[in-house]
Amino acid sequence: MLRVSEVVKTFYPGTPNEVRSLRGVSFTMEPGSFTNVIGTNGSGKSTMLNAVAGVFLVDSGRVELAGDDITGWTEHQRARRIGRVFQNPFSGSAPTMTVAENLALAARRGMSRGLGWSLSTTLRGQIAERLRSLKMGLEDRLDNPIGNLSGGQRQAITLLMATWHKPDLLLLDEHTAALDPRSADQVIRLTHEIVAQDRLTTLMVTHSMQQAVHLGDRILMMHKGEFVADLSGSQKARLRPEDLLSRFDELRRRDQLTPAVGDMLEKLYV
Amino acid sequence: MLLLISALNFGLVFALLGLGVYISFRIFHFADITADGSFALGGAATTAMLISGWSPLLSTLGGFLAGMLAGSSTGILHTTFKIHGLLSGILVTTALYSINLRVLGRSNVSLTDSPTLSKSWAELSKICFGDQQRHNLFGWMVGAQDLANLLFLTILVVFLGIGLFAFLKTNLGAAMRAAGDNAQMIRALGASDKVLLIFGLALANGLIALSGSLLAQCQEFADVQMGIGMVVWGLASVIIGESLVGSSRFGVLIAGTVIGSILFRMMIAIALRCGLNPNDLKLITAVFVFLALVAPRWLKALKLKFNSDAVGEADHAQGL
Repeated sequence: MLRVSEVVKTFYPGTPNEVRSLRGVSFTMEPGSFTNVIGTNGSGKSTMLNAVAGVFLVDSGRVELAGDDITGWTEHQRARRIGRVFQNPFSGSAPTMTVAENLALAARRGMSRGLGWSLSTTLRGQIAERLRSLKMGLEDRLDNPIGNLSGGQRQAITLLMATWHKPDLLLLDEHTAALDPRSADQVIRLTHEIVAQDRLTTLMVTHSMQQAVHLGDRILMMHKGEFVADLSGSQKARLRPEDLLSRFDELRRRDQLTPAVGDMLEKLYV
Repeated sequence: MLLLISALNFGLVFALLGLGVYISFRIFHFADITADGSFALGGAATTAMLISGWSPLLSTLGGFLAGMLAGSSTGILHTTFKIHGLLSGILVTTALYSINLRVLGRSNVSLTDSPTLSKSWAELSKICFGDQQRHNLFGWMVGAQDLANLLFLTILVVFLGIGLFAFLKTNLGAAMRAAGDNAQMIRALGASDKVLLIFGLALANGLIALSGSLLAQCQEFADVQMGIGMVVWGLASVIIGESLVGSSRFGVLIAGTVIGSILFRMMIAIALRCGLNPNDLKLITAVFVFLALVAPRWLKALKLKFNSDAVGEADHAQGL
């Protein structure tokens, strides 16, 4: 279970470049649930994901994972229990190392890294088997440097690495945004399969309304560092991509007015 | 022949320097100039220990450990205190100059009257091959000490090269390679890229210090200046090795670095024999490394230009 309470993060505080990225964000995720976060550029959705991953420490608020307060944990400490797939397909793997070596590194997540061989015959077998389940023919390329693979192939392998040991939380940061449409579909299909199979608690940031509507059981909508909508259950089931787009348009229209006028209109008409 | 044997021996001693530079420059992509300081530190620490009566084996180990300490200092300056990598190395090297003077007591110390590793293995080979001043090696007469050095340095370098290769295949070694390749990735897999870098630099400078320790023992003196220019010499071995083997697999590159170091020493020995002024050696090495670094890019640009010219001419010939 993930619980984020009143998390605040301001970048460059006290300077003209001050950005209030997260203004007291709170939400809770039940084990095995799949939540999508959507929002415009600069709404703070990736910042929120990074706050959970521990890329930076938050100014105030708490982050709890599976009963532990992880607010003060560093990125690599949290990574022992959190799997991540990045937007950039090149971020999740070591390019000069082979496919098998990369997966062997993931197989040691949360364990000590001592002087045992990193790639035993048994592990190699397991790696080949798991790669076969992706149905992308990658089991024949175990000894190729991963840098020779396409973005889609690398992203599929990163997904496998992030979920090799069932993580307490899987973070997906627009992980199909940099892929061509066909690879994106393939990676989304794999995401769906793996998450469903292991009942992973998953938090996905996306700017594809299609993905947000079709995947997962809840949508959180972010705007200017705050959640402006929380849709789940039957509300989410009825949702169409166009509905989300019209909500964004609404937000955009309100932004064009000054906050005071916005408030006044809201009181009058809502 | 004597010239070649001694060049071979120097090449083997400096091969360990090359392996250290390979770890920091090629595995971690970290321009670690601590090498200049830790090379001399290895020589100084071993010499001081030998003079105060420690056994050659322990003194050599002491040199290695001192180098590891220097390397981890650079690593900690860079990771914990967020000082630029190059500057961290410069700071540690500058500090080491004073430390080396303290360790040695004065700017150079002779080991002629002390036991050394190379004297020990000369004794050992005397027992094995008989007490002769000169041995017949494939028809050449070679001094007993030179031959003993050659034999034991070869064993040591091969042993350490295979050891490094095996280490990079372990969980820890693989994590180190990943940290150098993509730090974000290894962090996301639950390992601290900072700790891995510190450890990597410690290992690299340990090997470099070991190289300095062996050099001091083979030439029977240590000098606080002996480390100057070592980064570039190590880099030269790595680059020659890379262009020789033409592979990106680290096992082949380790072997390439050792061969590169030997070849580089041979080239220097020949150049000196042909009348090169020893004072010009470092200038020439620097120019050589510069050329080796930029030549691949120039050749590529030249090739592209040639190809586009060829295409242009072909188009022209077709009347386009």
